[in-house]
Amino acid sequence: MQILTIVLQIAILLAIVLLHVAYATYFERKIIGHMQVRLGPMMVGYHGLLQPIADGIKSFFKEDIVPEQADRPLFLFAPVICLVTMLTSLAVIPFAKGWVLADINIGLLFIFAMSSLASYGVILAGWASNSKYTFLGGLRSMAQVISYELPLGLSLVGVMMLSGSLNLTTIVDSQGSSFSSMYLFPQLIGFFVFFVAMLAETNRVPFDLPEAETELVSGYITEYSGMRYALFFMAEYIGMMVMSSIGTICFLGGWNGPFEVPFFPPFWFILKVYGFLFLFIWIRATLPRYRYDQLMALGWKLLLPLALLNIFLTGLFKILVH
Amino acid sequence: MSGLYLPKEYLAILLFIVLGVGFGVVTLWIGQFFRMKRPYFEKLVAYESGNPPTDEPRMRFSVKFYLIAILFIVFDVEAIYLYSWALVYDKLGMFALVEMFIFIALLLVGYFYGWKKGALQWEK
Repeated sequence: MQILTIVLQIAILLAIVLLHVAYATYFERKIIGHMQVRLGPMMVGYHGLLQPIADGIKSFFKEDIVPEQADRPLFLFAPVICLVTMLTSLAVIPFAKGWVLADINIGLLFIFAMSSLASYGVILAGWASNSKYTFLGGLRSMAQVISYELPLGLSLVGVMMLSGSLNLTTIVDSQGSSFSSMYLFPQLIGFFVFFVAMLAETNRVPFDLPEAETELVSGYITEYSGMRYALFFMAEYIGMMVMSSIGTICFLGGWNGPFEVPFFPPFWFILKVYGFLFLFIWIRATLPRYRYDQLMALGWKLLLPLALLNIFLTGLFKILVH
Repeated sequence: MSGLYLPKEYLAILLFIVLGVGFGVVTLWIGQFFRMKRPYFEKLVAYESGNPPTDEPRMRFSVKFYLIAILFIVFDVEAIYLYSWALVYDKLGMFALVEMFIFIALLLVGYFYGWKKGALQWEK
């Protein structure tokens, strides 16, 4: 009985998240379109509102090409690994007080673990396709992800020190409900490092080198087509949402807002996540891509020392306050 | 089965993994019956900008990637210590701060050595 309830909850969450993924692509195209003085998709439905559904149907019916020399089982399963690891992170995210599927006490660690596992999907896809572009794309992606995982993890240590917990609900509760008590202010350096590392972890512009289309065609997904390509795409967008949620929980006070919204407690949480997603898209429309050596230098020579400095300052601050 | 510890919260995670894999596999499997399948040789060849692929795709790659991986392991282990350290920081106070930064200083010696040796320099 209890299992059935959980399954139902997961199914509802999955449906909502996948709908969000579909419309995130729509809004991405619309927003970028308008920023470049174009209209974006207009043909399918009112102002192109049915475009993501048309895209979904199209990719579902597209031929699924498996290259002859590919490593077949790995090639077939890599997109599923990417998708599942990203989806599973959603289980520990509290959308509002008590609105969480698995309230485990190591929530933040679990999300790090899952986002690290997602890079297996990427590297396996690059390796199994057995093509030069995918191989280079996968290799670059792995080096990038592990380089930025360090600043990402270390930037949140300050938050852990302030809240004294890895449980995401406790982290939100310890921030209090007022605007000035958000961890954004005492952790300004941490937030900066987190934000840059978040862009790199999700392979978004300006750090989308794994799929740099001007040099690597489409990176590790070059050989993928149809629904399998769509799964990678979904994984990328769910990854963006998970990272936005972590940012919201750790720095922006989670579901707390200026006033309580009746009947719909996750209102502020969702609004903040939308804000993050808009930032992702805005940055994509604005910034050019980094060069690979610049990307590595930024991660190792600037963000890593900054994150360590942030931990040191937070520790010193806590002692001085005591 | 009495006495068996069942972490109840993790049940949801397990179910989530099962449903996630199920979603991925089932969409791909059902799609099999609807999508077209017309493979021919050129379509199944690895993409190389329209040319027939030349030599092995799994070529030798730069040693830089290995260096990055080694540096990553050093700092990732450090990060694991830092997480548990951060959680009990309130109880330990000044002692913990000094001790952790002696530990980090030791790692930083290696970090700056790597920097000077050019491990972080992508192009000479």
